[in-house]
Amino acid sequence: MEAHIAEIPVEKQAIRTSLSPRLVPRLKEKAIELLLQLAAFTSVAITLGIVGVLAYESFHFFQQVSVVDFLTDRQWTPLFADAHYGILSLVSGTLVTTAVALLVAIPMGSLIAIYLSEYASRSLREFVKPVLELLSAVPTVVYGYFALLFVTPALKQIWSDLPGFNMLSAGLVIGFMIVPYVSSVSEDAMRAVPVYLREGAFALGATRMQTALRVVFPSALSGITAAYVLGVSRAIGETMVVAIAAGMQPTLTLNPLEPAATMTAYIVQVSLGDLPHGSVGYQTIFATGLMLLLITLLFNIAGHALKKRYRQVY
Amino acid sequence: MRLKNGIAKYIKSTALQRRIMRRKGLDRFFAFEGLFVMGVALLVLFALVGQLAADGAGRLSWQFLTSFPSRFPAQAGILTAWIGTLLVMLLTALTAIPLGIGAAIYLEEYAAKSWLTEVIEINIANLAGVPSIVYGLMALGLLVYELHLGQSFLTAGLTLGMLILPMVIIATREAIRSVPPAVREAAYALGATKWQTVRDHVLPYSMGGILTGMILALSRAVGETAPLITVGALSFIAFLPHPPWQGTFPFVSFEWLFDPFTVMPIQMFNWVSRPQEEFHVNAAAAGLILLAMSLAMNAVAIVIRARFRKRIHW
Amino acid sequence: MKALDVSQTVLKAESRGLNFFYGVAQALHGLTLPVYDRCVTALIGPSGCGKTTYLRCFNRMHDLYPGNRYEGAVILYPDRVNIVGAEVDPIEVRMRIGMVFQKPNPFPKSIYENVAYGMRIRGVSSKADLDMVVERALQEAALWGEVKDRLQASAMNLSGGQQQRLCIARALATSPELLLFDEPTSALDPTATSRIEELVTELKQKVAIVIVTHNMQQAARVSDHTAFMYEGRLVEFDRTEKMFTNPSVKLTEDYVTGRFG
Repeated sequence: MEAHIAEIPVEKQAIRTSLSPRLVPRLKEKAIELLLQLAAFTSVAITLGIVGVLAYESFHFFQQVSVVDFLTDRQWTPLFADAHYGILSLVSGTLVTTAVALLVAIPMGSLIAIYLSEYASRSLREFVKPVLELLSAVPTVVYGYFALLFVTPALKQIWSDLPGFNMLSAGLVIGFMIVPYVSSVSEDAMRAVPVYLREGAFALGATRMQTALRVVFPSALSGITAAYVLGVSRAIGETMVVAIAAGMQPTLTLNPLEPAATMTAYIVQVSLGDLPHGSVGYQTIFATGLMLLLITLLFNIAGHALKKRYRQVY
Repeated sequence: MRLKNGIAKYIKSTALQRRIMRRKGLDRFFAFEGLFVMGVALLVLFALVGQLAADGAGRLSWQFLTSFPSRFPAQAGILTAWIGTLLVMLLTALTAIPLGIGAAIYLEEYAAKSWLTEVIEINIANLAGVPSIVYGLMALGLLVYELHLGQSFLTAGLTLGMLILPMVIIATREAIRSVPPAVREAAYALGATKWQTVRDHVLPYSMGGILTGMILALSRAVGETAPLITVGALSFIAFLPHPPWQGTFPFVSFEWLFDPFTVMPIQMFNWVSRPQEEFHVNAAAAGLILLAMSLAMNAVAIVIRARFRKRIHW
Repeated sequence: MKALDVSQTVLKAESRGLNFFYGVAQALHGLTLPVYDRCVTALIGPSGCGKTTYLRCFNRMHDLYPGNRYEGAVILYPDRVNIVGAEVDPIEVRMRIGMVFQKPNPFPKSIYENVAYGMRIRGVSSKADLDMVVERALQEAALWGEVKDRLQASAMNLSGGQQQRLCIARALATSPELLLFDEPTSALDPTATSRIEELVTELKQKVAIVIVTHNMQQAARVSDHTAFMYEGRLVEFDRTEKMFTNPSVKLTEDYVTGRFG
């Protein structure tokens, strides 16, 4: 199609390619961008620092301790004359406290999330959410105090032979600590489920509970998984509560009523002492740290895969 | 025809009525359960605060705030601890805030979509999930031994700064993203450069969200204990750091940066892990002050968020 | 092809064979179009025809987003510079060509600061100079009388129509040579709309104006020339009276008579 265009009444001359040069402002802009870029790269540098330090010290550690012993020995006594380096004793402690914590946090967090998103009035939600978030604002060392000097004595009323240090009270307290992580992220995910899905269920005569459990919860599963993964990461990495309340004795046990050191508690224990830089004892905390990081990473990758699987597009 | 009659009969039947009643009952029970669990979580928070107050409130006194630590629980105080916390927080803020805001601006306003940007984004998300004690290990290997910063205020501030950096970046990005693109376009259309647009518009309009994020991140740092134990916080410091000023030119002194440090949570941890009950009272009192610090910061954050939300609504 | 009577008019800008791409998708196809000084040029056409895309080429707004690409030329007179050329700094272009957007987008600052901002980033900082510019621009935008007693009040508290006039004042403060309007009344009520339209007709005494509108009555009311676009191409360009009474192309006639669009 031929456009109908008027003639242009100006003599056509060569076209220039620039207005006026703005060299100095342009250089200043470039410099600022470079600075900001540098700031963004520090986060990458931190990661490289973490991986580098852990890998470097662990490398020296594994030159003296075989990987097989590390993964299969049933004892962890690196500071004794008869040194054993079986990380399983520490991993078991971490897994038990984490499991106890999740048994508290996941049902509680999910129920709270469902209640806040599907039942609660706007004003109740606006009030409860920040108050609940205070639970995660309490310093962990305060939770440690609470676990050791409140929860354990209370549990002793039930099990009178419960030791003063035990994984159960540490795990329970971590559980309460991470409830807001689980509930807040899950609730956001559930509230992102479009109203028309709920209306569909209500129109069929479903109650709120049926709608929440059969429509909203499954639709929000991707986001809820992310909430659980966040909770798991926090529980695995939690240090002060277990260092204070679960004891510092590495023990290969799955019984939450016993005292046992977690990976994090062991790192704290060694750091409190005065091990010479460069000794095997000093390197053990980096090997332990590497293990901790790998386990956290594993859960995150698994969570990411699940999250992808459950992703819904509205 | 018979089937139709059957349905009509069923709808009117008491069987359906009963079913509906039962489902409604279940629904109510489920709602009650949500409310109950929420109550339990809040109760734990109150129990924790109550326990701490019951144990420690009596110990709070001017003497407690102005005394050095001591072997005698009744004479011990938290002078070095709270001064240490203030100084470490100052360094943490100076590290994390400029870097975090810079990185967030870069990622939101400057970075083109590329694999490099992708790497930075994934990296930040993963850093946020790394257990805090792992940052401590990195700082121990890198800052204390490689860079010879020693077990000092500087090391502590940098460690916590790196720890909260991902939080600061994530919060700032979210705040920046809430500024509508139309406002940016308005500035660009007037001939503003990218940096002018960011400085004069994007940052001021997202300041509420940014400030909230900063304070929440710092409140997390205030309670952080584990990474500071690994970089060698001392729990018994009976002298104050060098003052940041001096009598001769240039009148400011940076000697304090390299002094040994302690902070409130470290002091509390030290006291709670002692067997004597008198020290537990000190721990509770220190815990109360620590809790007050972090809850106050959270409250301030909530107020700021509400005020800025009222001032600017798009 | 009959030439326009252009004895009184001077060319302010023109596009020559302008192609524009969002990534790989071509949105504009060989647009050649003049813009005359002290005239209002209206761009009309159904939604998605590329009129806003075309308008945003004039102040290089597309440079803000990655993957966009221009081909061809948009020439600004009297400098005879191709303002979509890669060597031309988009900031420099925007310093000379103002824009008013579809939805009023004042900065959440005071009325005064909104209008003064353009001059501030041009390095003007003296209070007296800024005061003068702010008053002139607000008067030109017919807003001075309504706001002169509350210049320090937040611009967000103005009504929609006032906000849009404030945006016009903000653009006028920097004395642009060409002012772009992107459907400036689509978010406004009829009263506010007619005030903006009056303003546009007055402003053409000082500045060349290009206005995108999907309201054909508006184009007929305010413009001197009209370009009809369809699917990223120019269909017809002529004097507005001619376009609306006796268009040369059948498609134009179908559109202006409301047979589609």
